[in-house]
Amino acid sequence: MLHIENLQASIGEKEILKGINLDIKAGEVHAIMGPNGSGKSTLASVLAGKPDYEVTGGTVDFLGKDLLELAPEERAREGVFLAFQYPVEIPGVSTTNFIKTAVNEMRKHRGEEPMDAVAFLKLMKEKMKLVQLDKDLTGRSLNEGFSGGEKKRNEIFQMAMLEPKLAILDETDSGLDIDALRIVAQGVNALRSKDNAVLVVTHYQRLLDYIVPDYVHVLYNGRIVRSGGKELALELEEKGYDFIKAELETA
Amino acid sequence: MNLDTEVAAAFELLAKEDAQRPLTATAQQAFNNYQQLGWPTQKLEAWKYTRVSQLVQKPFRVTVSAPEQTPVLLPQTHRLAVVVNTGNQLVFVNGIFTPSLSAYDKETLELLPLPEAAQQYPEQINTYLDQSKKYAADGMQALNTAFVQNGLFIRVKKNAVVAEPVFINHYTNGQSESLFVQPRILILVEENAQVQFAECYFHTGSEESFTNEVTEITVMENARLEYYKIQDMPANAHHVGTTHIQQAGKCFTHCATITLNGGTIRNNLNMVFGKENNEGHLYGLYLVNGNTHVDNHTVVDNTKPGCFSNELYKGVIDGKATAVFNGRIYVRKDAQKTNAYQSNRNILLGANASVNAKPQLEIFADDVKCSHGCTVGRLDETALFYMRTRGISEDKARALLLQAFAADIVDQVHIPALQQALKEMIAERLHTELI
Repeated sequence: MLHIENLQASIGEKEILKGINLDIKAGEVHAIMGPNGSGKSTLASVLAGKPDYEVTGGTVDFLGKDLLELAPEERAREGVFLAFQYPVEIPGVSTTNFIKTAVNEMRKHRGEEPMDAVAFLKLMKEKMKLVQLDKDLTGRSLNEGFSGGEKKRNEIFQMAMLEPKLAILDETDSGLDIDALRIVAQGVNALRSKDNAVLVVTHYQRLLDYIVPDYVHVLYNGRIVRSGGKELALELEEKGYDFIKAELETA
Repeated sequence: MNLDTEVAAAFELLAKEDAQRPLTATAQQAFNNYQQLGWPTQKLEAWKYTRVSQLVQKPFRVTVSAPEQTPVLLPQTHRLAVVVNTGNQLVFVNGIFTPSLSAYDKETLELLPLPEAAQQYPEQINTYLDQSKKYAADGMQALNTAFVQNGLFIRVKKNAVVAEPVFINHYTNGQSESLFVQPRILILVEENAQVQFAECYFHTGSEESFTNEVTEITVMENARLEYYKIQDMPANAHHVGTTHIQQAGKCFTHCATITLNGGTIRNNLNMVFGKENNEGHLYGLYLVNGNTHVDNHTVVDNTKPGCFSNELYKGVIDGKATAVFNGRIYVRKDAQKTNAYQSNRNILLGANASVNAKPQLEIFADDVKCSHGCTVGRLDETALFYMRTRGISEDKARALLLQAFAADIVDQVHIPALQQALKEMIAERLHTELI
C-alpha cells in the first residue's frame, strides 16, 4: 500500500529525515517509535503533505500514486488520514459542518452525490458512539474549548467518518489518561480491516498495549535504525532509548 | 464646475424659495460653517487615510428635491431586494424622503418633514437636532445641515414596540448624471419604546453618486434601539455618513455596520452616553475587495457613570481594497464605573490590500475598566492545513474560515431575513455554499 524509499526532508536549513525506507501492506499496523527530536512527527507531517517541510529526496508510492506530487487534500481523498498530535481549533466552524463538508468533498472526488441529511446524521451518531463523543460537542466550534481527550477522540471520530485506507496517528496517546487512551484505541481497532493500514507514531509503548502493532520501527536521528515485531516495543520500554543510541555509537 | 460651486448655487436657490421657513437660521449658520471649514483634507487627523478631494472635483449635480418621475429603483436581482421591501419601508430617492414610495405603521411611528417637526415639536427639535456637530471637525456635517430643511423627522412613540423592522432604503439614480445627495434624518426613540432600524444603500446607473448623510438618533430613558447600516453598492457609489446615537439613560443600543461593496466609504458612528447606566454594542464588518475604500470612525463617549460598551469590528480586505478603523473611547471625569471594551481584527488577503487601524482611549476617570485590542494578520495556515488533510480543498478551506470569521458579526444582525440574506451574499462572494 505504502512504499517509502530513501525519503529525505528538511525544514528551513535543517535536515530532519535523512533517508527513510518503509513498506506498509494492507491489513498491517506499524508503529514508529523513537526519542524526542528523532523525526517521528516530521514523517507523519510529510506523508500528509504539510507545506512547511521540503522534501529533498526519495519517493513515496501510495497505491500506485506518487504521493509527494499530491496536495494535502488530494492525499486525503486518496485515503490518507492524519490524526494530529495537536488538533487545531477552528472558531466559528462547527464539528458537524466541518465533517459534513469533508465527507461531501470526498464523495465529490469519487463522483458521488452529497450525502442526504438523514443518512449523514445517522452515520454521525453511529461513529460518535464509537469514541463516546458527546453530542453537544458536535454543535460547537471545532475543537474550541475541547479537553485534550475530547480533541483526540474527535480525531478518531473524523477518521471513522472518512474511512481512510491509511491512518497515521501522530502521538495520539499524548495527554491522554488511561480511560481516554482505551476509548481512542478501541475506536482505532474497530476501524481496522484487511483493506486498510495504520501507522502509529508514538514515544511510549503504552498505546501499543491497546493497538497491537505487527511491526515496530525505531526512528533515530532521521533514520529507521531498527525494525522488529511488537516485542521490540517492550524491549524499548524496559531499556529506554539509550540502549539503541549506545548500540549505534559502538557500531 | 466643482462641487463647491454646485452646492453654493443649490443653497442659494433653496434659501430664495422661502426665507420664512422654520430652520432657515440653522441652515444658514451651517452653510457659513461649511464655508469656513471646507471639505475634509488629509491634513485633518481624522481624514488622514480617506480622500474626498478628488470626488469634490467631479461634476456632481446637487439634488434638492425629489425627482418628478419615479426613477428606476433597485434591480430585483439584488439580494436585499425582497428583504428591504417588507414591513416598514422609508424610501429616500436621491437623498430626499419620498412618501409615495414609503409605508409604515402609524400606530407606533410618526413621520414629519423636519421644518414641520420644528413647528410641532419645537422643544425636542431644538434640543436634539444637530447634536452630532460637536463630533465633526470638518465641513461635511455642516454642509448636510445647510440642507436640513429637506430632512425627515421620525418619532418612535412612547412605550411603542415596533413589531416590524424599519428599513430606510436609500436609492440613488445615476442613469443620466452624477449626483451629490444629502439625506438627513432625526429619530427620536421615546421612553420605553423598542425599535429596529436598518439603513440600506442602493445605486443604479453608470454615473456616480456621492452621499453625504447625517442620521441622528436620540434614545430616551428605558428605550431599546437596534440600528443596522448595510452597504452593498456598486463601485461608483461613494458615501460619507454620520450616525449619531445619543442615549438618555438606562437605554440599550445594539448596532452593526456592514460594508460589502462600494467606492469610497466613510462611516462615522458616535455613541454618546449622556446619562447614567446605558448599554451600547457596536459591531462592524467590512469584507471588501476591488478598489473599495472603507473607513469606520467610531466614538464612544462616556460622560456619566455606569455605562457599558462593547465594540467589535472585523475586516477582510482583498484585492486593492483599503480599510481604516479608528475607534475612540472617551471616559470623561464624571464617568466612573465605566466598562468599555473594543476589539478590531483584520485579515489581509490581497498582496495589495491594506488596513490602517487605530484605537484611541482617552480616560479621565480613575475607577473604570477599559480594554482595546487590534490585530492584522493573514489566514491561519495551520487551520488551513488541518482542513485540507480532511479532503477539503484549499479554496474551500479559506472560504470556510472567512465565512466563520464574518459570521461573528453577521450573527449580530437580529433581523432574521436580513441576516440570512447577508450570509448568502457573503457565501456567494467567497464562492462557497452556506454553512
